[in-house]
Amino acid sequence: MRWKKPACVLLLAAVGVTVIAGLQRLLMPKYMGQVVEGNFTSEYYEETTPHDVLFLGNCEVYENISPIVLWREFGITSYIRGNAQQLIAQSYYLLEDTLKYETPGVVVFNVSAMQQFDQDNESYNRMTLDGMRWSASKWNAIRTTMMEDEHIIEYVFPILRFHSRFAELEADDLTYFMKSGKVAHNGYYLRADIRPAGDLPVERRRSDYSFDSRSWEYLERIRALCENNGIQLVLMKAPSLYPAWYDQWEIQIEEYASEHNLLYINCLEASDEIGIDFATDTYDAGLHMNVYGAEKMARYFGPILLGLPGVYDRRGTASEGIDLDSVWQEKCDFYDQMKASQEEEFAKLGYIKQFYIQ
Amino acid sequence: MIMSLVSYEFLAFFAAAAILYYVVPKRFQWIMLLAVSFLFYAGGGAVYLLYPMITAVSTWFLALRIGRVDSAAQTYIQEQKPDKEQKKAYQAQIRKQKKRLMTTGILLNFGILVVLKYTDFLLGNLHVLLGPEEGAVPQISWVLPLGISYYTFQTMGYLIDVFRGRYRPEKNLFRFMLFVTYFPQMVSGPISRFDQLRKELFEEHPFDGTQFTFGLWRVLWGFFKKLVIADRIAPAVATITAAPDVYDGIYVLVGMLGYTLQLYADFSGCMDIVIGVSQCFGIRLPENFQRPFGAKNLSEFWRRWHMTLTGWFREYIFFPVSTSRFCRAVSRLAGRLGMKKVTKKLPVYIANLIVWFVTGIWHGAAWGFILWGLANGIVMMVSQELTELYRAFHRRFPQTDGSVYGAFQKVRTGLLFSGLLMFQYYPFGTVFAMLGNLLATGRLSQLFDGRFAELGLTAADFIVLAIGLLLMLLISILQETGSVRQKLAARPLVVRFAAVFLLFVTVLVAGCYGHGYNASQFIYNQF
Repeated sequence: MRWKKPACVLLLAAVGVTVIAGLQRLLMPKYMGQVVEGNFTSEYYEETTPHDVLFLGNCEVYENISPIVLWREFGITSYIRGNAQQLIAQSYYLLEDTLKYETPGVVVFNVSAMQQFDQDNESYNRMTLDGMRWSASKWNAIRTTMMEDEHIIEYVFPILRFHSRFAELEADDLTYFMKSGKVAHNGYYLRADIRPAGDLPVERRRSDYSFDSRSWEYLERIRALCENNGIQLVLMKAPSLYPAWYDQWEIQIEEYASEHNLLYINCLEASDEIGIDFATDTYDAGLHMNVYGAEKMARYFGPILLGLPGVYDRRGTASEGIDLDSVWQEKCDFYDQMKASQEEEFAKLGYIKQFYIQ
Repeated sequence: MIMSLVSYEFLAFFAAAAILYYVVPKRFQWIMLLAVSFLFYAGGGAVYLLYPMITAVSTWFLALRIGRVDSAAQTYIQEQKPDKEQKKAYQAQIRKQKKRLMTTGILLNFGILVVLKYTDFLLGNLHVLLGPEEGAVPQISWVLPLGISYYTFQTMGYLIDVFRGRYRPEKNLFRFMLFVTYFPQMVSGPISRFDQLRKELFEEHPFDGTQFTFGLWRVLWGFFKKLVIADRIAPAVATITAAPDVYDGIYVLVGMLGYTLQLYADFSGCMDIVIGVSQCFGIRLPENFQRPFGAKNLSEFWRRWHMTLTGWFREYIFFPVSTSRFCRAVSRLAGRLGMKKVTKKLPVYIANLIVWFVTGIWHGAAWGFILWGLANGIVMMVSQELTELYRAFHRRFPQTDGSVYGAFQKVRTGLLFSGLLMFQYYPFGTVFAMLGNLLATGRLSQLFDGRFAELGLTAADFIVLAIGLLLMLLISILQETGSVRQKLAARPLVVRFAAVFLLFVTVLVAGCYGHGYNASQFIYNQF
């Protein structure tokens, strides 16, 4: 039987590939403990309906504005593609990636990422990039932002990066072997704990306040990509008290926005107008908003966004035959459930133990 | 920096080289190898290629000149038919010419090696001799091309062989360059002889699936030894050997054994990769290890450890020195002084000490290495002197011929080798003190006094190491009765797959590589 040996070889090869793929999945972090941010990027691909607004940026975006409130109170469909220390180049490639699936009317980009072009912690890269679906955008995002001691092959085959976790596997690695749990709300990271803003570190004087030329290059690429796709680009600065946002940076962004006729909203300056109370609306002493601050931000942003072309009140409508109300009701329920659960936990323990619902 | 043999880059480089090697017409295979060898070495910077090129071109040229002198001499003798006296005088003249050429090559190339590798060592000693009050003697810190000791020894072996008329010199410069720069072996050996390697490098190699598979298996085994064993044990060994004041007592023994295992797994793993990669190209390289821990005495151990280097020393230093005029004169002098017992032994001992001095300094430009080399030589000479005593002992106790005593001898030899390695990592003044400390205060209970936990190894590391070492031991035992790969190849496909796949997964998961691990070069790359 001439086919017997080749068939046996193929079968063994298939077994080998399956075992290694299984091992890879087992060894990859599931981000279901205290750090859940590693799931944000991949959750985007579970979306079934398009969005009018796309928020892009780092933690100043994914923790500071609630897409659920934008829907509930304004009927705006939005999604945040943000990650911890997401670099501007990564934001650009995530936008490129998003455009493969949908074309939002407005892209809101948080400009705090302008201050740092190079990554200083490999974990942030992994959390942002591992969840991206494979495409030229992912490849370029990795190539552009990986650190000196990183290898692209470790992104292609993550087992090469995470193999050493074999000694630290936990029950979560088996529980979420097939699929990680849902942790974000259209990219929003809900935190219902409160830690009032207190003394912040003294601002560090710098010899040079110019943004890296590569940051400008990628801002320009984001602008051009939006322009070419008929998307309105809006620049924003989140109301985070720290890290410092210097006047010199503010001037550069204002000039850029004015030069390209872009809307720029500095929410830090407008924090009184937004109604942010840094005693109750932040969970980490002023660095990021908690859910109460994020909801205020959404209420501030809603009317502004509705005034922009391509953003509509979508309540009571359908998208590609899918009833948006029912899709978003499910999201609202999940949001309310998590918010209530965290509020209860925070009231009981004084801190939050679990950032997802099992 | 030249890519490590256990890097992703090397695997990609090897894969590309292998594809090209079998795609190009077979008569161009050696040119392909030369091109990729240049690329491999130049990857570390042009300067890395400069020194091997100087060595290759100068040696090729001088060997060719020696060959021409030889040819001219033969032609002269054949045509002129000189009488016995004339022939003798002519041959002496020719030998002188050849010797001059060979000496030029040796001085030039060993000169480069000495300058690059030993200048700082010599300047450091000069500083000590002059005394600190004379001011600091500056260090130069030359860029040391990786593998300089290997390719210098290999090419000088070639030059001496051509001088001795063992084979004709290679006329094609590029072929000779491949002999010098052949990329898998250039940085760590094995040190090959031209007459052995010539056929392997330059003959056509059609693709042989079995050889290729065997080669890959050996590469995988090398990866296992290096990444799973050597690099996992390395942090603990470094911690112990760097702090003799903290890690004393039983830890001296732990450090000794750990360093020995690390060294063996690292170097023999490197050789497995080098020889395996070559086998994939259809090229057979000489072996460098033959289960050294099966040796019953130190001399035998050194015949099984780094075999090509010890072979080189035997061939090009020991024999010439022991039969040199100087040694003969010393021997005669000893005879005249009435020391008849040592007359015959003296040349051997002088040559031995020189060989072991060079062995030491070859391993590192530091007194610790020199003392380590000399200590090995002295132990073997003492052992040689006691041969009669051993024989008497075995005659008196015939049961010592059994396997139990054989096992004891193997353990004793392993411990002796490990103990002598202390000269390499402890300052000279502390070696005997540490040994004394081990014997006087070493207790097994010290392993549980908390220091063990600070070695940087987790429970998982110990489990991996234990399994890895057991597997290495098992393979070594299996090797005693023939090639393990041959045995595996005779098994059914499923068994072969399971064995190789399990090894692959072990390296993949338990190997010390990638992010979070310090990418370490092979220890023997540094020579």
